[in-house]
Amino acid sequence: MKNLIATKVSNLPPSGIRKFFDIASQMEDVISLGVGEPDFDTPWHIREEGIYTLEKGKTIYTSNSGLLELRQEINRYLSRRFNISYDPQDQILVTVGGSEAIDLVLRAVLNPGDEVLIPEPCFVAYKPCTILAGGVPVTITTKAENDFRLMPEELEAAITEKTKVLILPYPNNPTGAIMEKEDLERIVEVLKDRDILVVSDEIYAELTYGREHVSIASLPGMYEKTLVINGFSKAYSMTGWRMGYAAGPKELIAAMTKIHQYAIMCAPTTSQYAGIEALKNGDTAVAEMRESFDSRRKFVVNGFRSIGMDCFEPLGAFYVFPSIQKSGLTSEEFCSRLLYEEKVAVVPGTAFGDCGEGFIRCSYAYSIDNIKEALRRIEKFMKQFT
Amino acid sequence: MRLKILELLEKNSRLATKDIAIMLGVPQDEVEKEIKEMEKEQVICGYNTLINWDKTNKDLVTALIEVKVTPQRGEGFDKIAERIYRFDEVKAVYLMSGGFDLTVIVEGKTLKDVALFVSQKLATLDSVLSTSTHFVLKKYKDHGIPFEEIKKDERMVVSP
Repeated sequence: MKNLIATKVSNLPPSGIRKFFDIASQMEDVISLGVGEPDFDTPWHIREEGIYTLEKGKTIYTSNSGLLELRQEINRYLSRRFNISYDPQDQILVTVGGSEAIDLVLRAVLNPGDEVLIPEPCFVAYKPCTILAGGVPVTITTKAENDFRLMPEELEAAITEKTKVLILPYPNNPTGAIMEKEDLERIVEVLKDRDILVVSDEIYAELTYGREHVSIASLPGMYEKTLVINGFSKAYSMTGWRMGYAAGPKELIAAMTKIHQYAIMCAPTTSQYAGIEALKNGDTAVAEMRESFDSRRKFVVNGFRSIGMDCFEPLGAFYVFPSIQKSGLTSEEFCSRLLYEEKVAVVPGTAFGDCGEGFIRCSYAYSIDNIKEALRRIEKFMKQFT
Repeated sequence: MRLKILELLEKNSRLATKDIAIMLGVPQDEVEKEIKEMEKEQVICGYNTLINWDKTNKDLVTALIEVKVTPQRGEGFDKIAERIYRFDEVKAVYLMSGGFDLTVIVEGKTLKDVALFVSQKLATLDSVLSTSTHFVLKKYKDHGIPFEEIKKDERMVVSP
C-alpha cells in the first residue's frame, strides 16, 4: 500500500535500545547489564492474590478508572509515603503501566505547537509521545557536574510562551539522579507564576538510597499544577502486570479518563486485584528489595571507579551512568565493541537523548556474581585504551 | 552494621569480606573485625553448606521426633534437652509450645538406624514420657532455598 504509514510515525526515530536488543539477543554467553526491570519475582503474596481472584472468576471489566478499592489504597499509599492526598472518586486513574499515563496526559493537554520541556537524559517515551500528541518536545540538557539534576536557570532558559508541560523524570532512568526537596523548591520558584503543568514521573520513587523521595506535588502551590505518575513495576517488581496510575487535579484526570475509556477501557483486572494486595501488605518486600539494590549499587559504583571510569553516585533507581570518555569512543561504538569483543550488553547513553553521548547505562538489577563478571570483562575491555 | 553483615552472610556465607565491605560502604578490616567478634560472641555459630543429599549416592534418612518430657525442678527443659542434643545422631533440638515439648531432628543411614536410636537411646531416658517419629520423605525447601527450582533469567537482554 502506498503512503500507508502516517508521516508523524514514519519520521519517529527508532528506539536506540531496540537496535542493541536485536544484536545482543542473537549472541550466546552474553552478560547483560542492559535491562530496565528488577531481577526479583513479584513477591509471592501478590502473585497468590492474583491467582486467587482468577480462581474466583474475577475476570470481568472494572470501572474505567480502576477498582475503587484500589484507588482508595493508592490514595492511602500516596498520603502515607509522600504526604499527598487525592480523592479516590475522581482524582486517581489506574493505567496500563506508567507508560499509558504519560501518553494520556500529553494527549489530554497538548494543542498543536504546544511545547513540552523534557530534561535529558531520560526515559525513551516522553519525546515520541509528545510528537504523537501534536506537541513540540524541547529538551533540557542536565549535566554530570550538577549530578544530572534539573537546575532552575536551565529551566528558566527553556521556557517560552508556548511552554505547556514540564516533564520531571526523577528518580531518573538512566542516570539514577534524584531531586531533593531544596532542588525542587528552586524549580517551584521558577514555575510559581506560570501556567505550566508538571508531569512528575515518580515510577522509581520507592528506590532511593539514603534519602527519601519527595514529590513536587507536596510542595506549596504545586498540588493543583502537578500530575503525579507512579506504578507498581519497579517498586513491587511487577513489570509484566502492566499496572500504573496517575493522580492529579480533577479536570485533568477526567480528560485523561475520557481517552483511556475509549482506547483502553480499563487496566487488567487480575493485575488490579494484585495491586491492592501489593499496596496493603507489600511494604516489607519493598524495603528488602531496596536494601538489596543499595548494596549492589555500592558494589557497581565502586567497580567502575576502580576500573578508572568516572561514575557519578546515583541515589535512585537501579542504574549507574558511567562516563566512557577514557575510551575516546562514542557511546554507540563503545557499546557495540563491548558487545562483540567481551560479550557484555550495556545501553549507549545516546538512547536517552543526544546529551547521553559519552556515557553508558548499566543496570545493577542483577546478581552480584553477574555484576562481578561483567565488571571483569569491562575492565579487560578498557585495558586497550590505557 | 552487624545486622547488615549478618543478613548478607545468612544468604551466602561464602561472600568475601572484601565484597561485603564494598556493599556496605565500610572498610574491609572493620567488617573482618565485626565478624571475628560475632564469632567469639557466638552470634555467628558456624558456617554450613546446604546440600541436597538426594542427588548424591549417600544414604541418609531424616526424622522429626515429637518428644514429651517431664521438666526437671530448677532446670526446666534445659537439662533434658542437653542430654538429647549431645548424641551425634541428633542434628537439631527445639523447645516447642503446644501438644509436645521437644522437636528432635535425627539423621541416620537407614530407617532402622533411626528407629533403633529412638527406641534404645531416646525413649529410654528417664524424663522422656513418649516419642512420636515422623520420617522426612522429601525436602522441597530448606533454609529459605527451594531445592528443585532452577532460576533462569528470562528478562530481555536489553530493555528501556
